[in-house]
Amino acid sequence: MTLLITGARLPDGTNTDLVVKNGVIAELGPGLSALGAIVIDAAGLQALPGLVDLHTHLREPGFEQSETVLTGSRAAAAGGFTAVHAMANTSPVADTAGVVEQVASLGEQHGYVTVRPIGAVTVGLAGERLSEIGAMAQSRAAVRVFSDDGKCVSDALLMRRALEYVKTFGGVIAQHAQEPRLTEGAQMNEGALSSELGLAGWPAVAEEAIIARDVLLAQHVGALLHVCHLSTAGSVEVIRWAKARGIRVTAEVTPHHLLLDEQLAAGYDSRFKVNPPLRRSEDVLALRAALAEGIIDIVATDHAPHPIETKECAWQEASFGMVGLESALSVVQAAVVDSGQLSWGDVARVLSRTPAAIGQLAGYDAPFTIGAPANFTLIDPSARRVFGLEQLHGKGANTPYLGRELPGRVVATVHRGVPTVLDGELRPAEEVANRVA
Amino acid sequence: MKHLLSVRDLDRDTAVGILDLAEDMADVATRAVPKLPTLRGRTVANLFFEDSTRTRLSFEAAAKRLSADVITVSAKGSSVSKGESLKDTAQTIAAMGIDAVVLRHGASGAARVLADSHWIDAAVINAGDGTHEHPTQGLLDAYTMRKTLHGDAARGKSLDGVRVTIVGDILHSRVARSNVWLLQTLGASVHLVGPETLLPLGVDSWPVTRGTDLDAALAENPDVVMMLRVQSERMQAAFFPHEREYARQWGLDDARLARLAPHTMVMHPGPMNRGLEISSASADSARSVVLHQVANGVSIRMAVLYLVLSGSGAGA
Repeated sequence: MTLLITGARLPDGTNTDLVVKNGVIAELGPGLSALGAIVIDAAGLQALPGLVDLHTHLREPGFEQSETVLTGSRAAAAGGFTAVHAMANTSPVADTAGVVEQVASLGEQHGYVTVRPIGAVTVGLAGERLSEIGAMAQSRAAVRVFSDDGKCVSDALLMRRALEYVKTFGGVIAQHAQEPRLTEGAQMNEGALSSELGLAGWPAVAEEAIIARDVLLAQHVGALLHVCHLSTAGSVEVIRWAKARGIRVTAEVTPHHLLLDEQLAAGYDSRFKVNPPLRRSEDVLALRAALAEGIIDIVATDHAPHPIETKECAWQEASFGMVGLESALSVVQAAVVDSGQLSWGDVARVLSRTPAAIGQLAGYDAPFTIGAPANFTLIDPSARRVFGLEQLHGKGANTPYLGRELPGRVVATVHRGVPTVLDGELRPAEEVANRVA
Repeated sequence: MKHLLSVRDLDRDTAVGILDLAEDMADVATRAVPKLPTLRGRTVANLFFEDSTRTRLSFEAAAKRLSADVITVSAKGSSVSKGESLKDTAQTIAAMGIDAVVLRHGASGAARVLADSHWIDAAVINAGDGTHEHPTQGLLDAYTMRKTLHGDAARGKSLDGVRVTIVGDILHSRVARSNVWLLQTLGASVHLVGPETLLPLGVDSWPVTRGTDLDAALAENPDVVMMLRVQSERMQAAFFPHEREYARQWGLDDARLARLAPHTMVMHPGPMNRGLEISSASADSARSVVLHQVANGVSIRMAVLYLVLSGSGAGA
């Protein structure tokens, strides 16, 4: 299949046509033509390298009522993603080679995005003993990122061993930084508002203390550390300090922590209940600045679909989490691009190149060059839309953005040369699967 | 008034109006037949996801004195204890035809969620939600203070200048929260006393003063001392080391009782832990208005039921 994209603006600001053949970028430059090609008029559109999510909950196997690899892949493609890293908290947990291979192969079969499984650090996410990290690393899924996300590897000795052991296989631990004792029963950011609302507080220190411990452990054993979903200004300061000391740590922030703050909890609407919790507006501003400055390396969605009944209830009974794949780019644009803090080139870095590098996913280091795998998305940054259910393509409807006007729209997404989204619409599953095959 | 979810939704005139209406309701109790036909044909559902005998009985008595029909669902031995959700339980009883739901729930904000959900059309009265609020308790406490201070001349009055000291587990207390906001609205000043572990983070932004020394607080001769119930499981969670230490530091014991100014009234929302936060002598003393609080609770709940159920959307 051949694609001809005309008049796209690249992340560096230049305009070009692109020809895609056999899954790679075959030609670049003005005035290109290609016989029999599918033509995409990209005049006025911004081209970005295929987005790479380092933090996705696909829920399969085990929680297929919430999401499947297929539905999550479709949500990802609709949001401009061409690769997602699937978190390990499935049932069974992704703590063996068998489970990670199954998840990876389901992703391959559906073809919307490259699905990279994340392996559990500990057996059953129980935080007691290491899972079969070597077997998962050496499996067909070639796992490189290990995380107990949803739970913190809180035992200091186990965390130390995990950091050391994954070095053997060139992997990285992605830590969900949440001191469990400080957050027992916690419902929202601890502060004046949680006290007023009578919701158990989730102190910033519960996150910051774990990050501080872990960067020191990473330094001590000379390992890589990735910190999931930073949510506080204090966490930014710890990461800043660690990087200044040369500690090899990377940090991520979610789109929602860049846009939303704790005041949204005031109506007890559980769509705003998330782990880590929405924080103060000062934290939101600190996270934006840290992303612009490079203290925070990447944006990752923490896409967390849940069935409706787990959100249609009182706040403290509701599940934690929001879906985020479909809205991520719009939210990033609203939070940091339209304000001028990040350029589209920066967006390409924090949502594609760097997350791919952390996940050791090949093919994203030199996008828009001849011979590079054709993973990209075309967006219309000038579009504005009221975010609605029709924008959601996974099984989860637990988005905090319903009814909110957001900028930007994904017009087309191409994964390994195959269009997964055209004219703003997802391509049918059979078409995508067949073309990839 | 469509719902009563939080005392923060009440402005000063509305709050005084509720207290005045409760005075009228209290007069009913002195009649030969202590009953009004006002809510005949209306149905009130008491939906108690959390056990609370005194609040449930108080609402039942209030509804019956207004001639309403009452359905009660409480946690023990009901679908609620079988894990049925708030939505399903509310919709189930709503399908039987009800006009108001009195909701007690362990989750903060549950009444707000039910009122905002459009799952049911009925009026929602918050009868205690987690550690958030207990609006009718706040109202009955304000009523009791006003009645004790002004007797038969209470009607129309606010609580301007009244000084209230609330002692104990502020952090976990919905009663304290409803009192803080309502007393501020009514012009009283509030002083909170307890161990630092049981004073909520951010309490400095509340319209109160705060301290940790009960003796110093009592030396200021407050008009009201309100003792809060302390749950012994707080000890296990390291909020304080031992019941004896708690009683010594923050209990209204006999010695402290003896030092109270003549005009100081003693309040407690119940149920009391005698010997822990309050001594028997304090609870049973002439300055204790604990039983008045219970009696006044029925009048306040009659007033609230009347306001949410009389006419369509009438009142505040």
